[in-house]
Amino acid sequence: MFAWMVWTTPVAVFFGCIALMLVGMTVWEIKSPTSLRKGFLPIATTRGDRLFIGLLTAAYINLGFIGLAGKFTEWLSLQQEPSIWISFVISMAALALILRRG
Amino acid sequence: MKPINQKAWWLVLPVVICVAFSAVLPLMTVVNYSVQDIISPERRVFVGTEWFAAVMRDEELHAALWRQLTFSLAVLAVEIPLGIALALSMPARGWQASLVLVLVALSLLIPWNVVGTIWQIYGRADIGLLGAALAWLGVDYSYTGDATDAWITVLAMDVWHWTPLVALLCYAGLRSIPDAYYQAARIDGASRFAVFRYIQLPKLRGVLMIAVLLRFMDSFMIYTEPFVLTGGGPGNATTFLSQYLTQKAVGQFDLGPAAAFSLIYFLIILLLCFILYNWMQRVGTADREGAGHE
Repeated sequence: MFAWMVWTTPVAVFFGCIALMLVGMTVWEIKSPTSLRKGFLPIATTRGDRLFIGLLTAAYINLGFIGLAGKFTEWLSLQQEPSIWISFVISMAALALILRRG
Repeated sequence: MKPINQKAWWLVLPVVICVAFSAVLPLMTVVNYSVQDIISPERRVFVGTEWFAAVMRDEELHAALWRQLTFSLAVLAVEIPLGIALALSMPARGWQASLVLVLVALSLLIPWNVVGTIWQIYGRADIGLLGAALAWLGVDYSYTGDATDAWITVLAMDVWHWTPLVALLCYAGLRSIPDAYYQAARIDGASRFAVFRYIQLPKLRGVLMIAVLLRFMDSFMIYTEPFVLTGGGPGNATTFLSQYLTQKAVGQFDLGPAAAFSLIYFLIILLLCFILYNWMQRVGTADREGAGHE
């Protein structure tokens, strides 16, 4: 039925994580409702806002890294392009930081 | 506080289903396309982030993005002040007001591709009023041959098409200012400019925010008018993001890079929407707080 969507395992895992995150956030919200608070971000945010900002930041970090990977190889005289797992770790750290202190 | 009734979720369900089929599932498909090389419907190879890397390092895309940003900012720089000026000069009441409103709104009713065609003919030196008039004045003008002329023509076309929207929004904003403000200004002996600067402009802030948001987003996604008018040329001078994307996806059938590019475009729009939305919210809150202190 969904063959037209040409699924691949990594994308399925990615969307699975997003779905789990949404379910998790809903359950968390029901258990303990969020409140507006002000962290290092310039606006007061709820938990959901911080997740959204965090995910968007993570996406931009990964994209920026992919875009600059060629330059990194040149600047640091590497044999091959740096692994995208580096940017993945950095982006998840940024997500955690924004969720915790944003 | 515990929620009492959760039945409202059922009312939202039809919208959720509609959005799932019209937006979420197609978007998921695009993500799938962006990580594969589609050789034929049956043959496809997983390539990871290769397309994203190719798109992010594409000089032509960078050029199209800068062109797009410059165009959107130029649109705002011209349309917003012009729209305010137009709204200020429109009659406030009587039959003249109705007539002017209809006349101003006319260009908004014309479909995008027709706007492109109108300007294509309008700018031609042999049969178009603008082109012929400029030729008569001795101006060397050709929107098909000169990049600057093409750029200015596309900008003028957008200004002609969409400034009325800004003007109508501002007009509505101006009409909602209570007369008491003007009376107070008259008593204080305020000049025409002081009335504009300290009464009209602050009161227009809300509608201006909407106008800026609408015009920025719309001009950022512009496709049909430049496509009909210049076809993106001469060279690539008026190839904006949407047109570049269409060239990739439909013209060359590079579905993988086109999908990766679509997602990046989506992220740019998402970020801009988020920033503008929060900015508007902030201005709204500041307005309410300001009103509370009065």
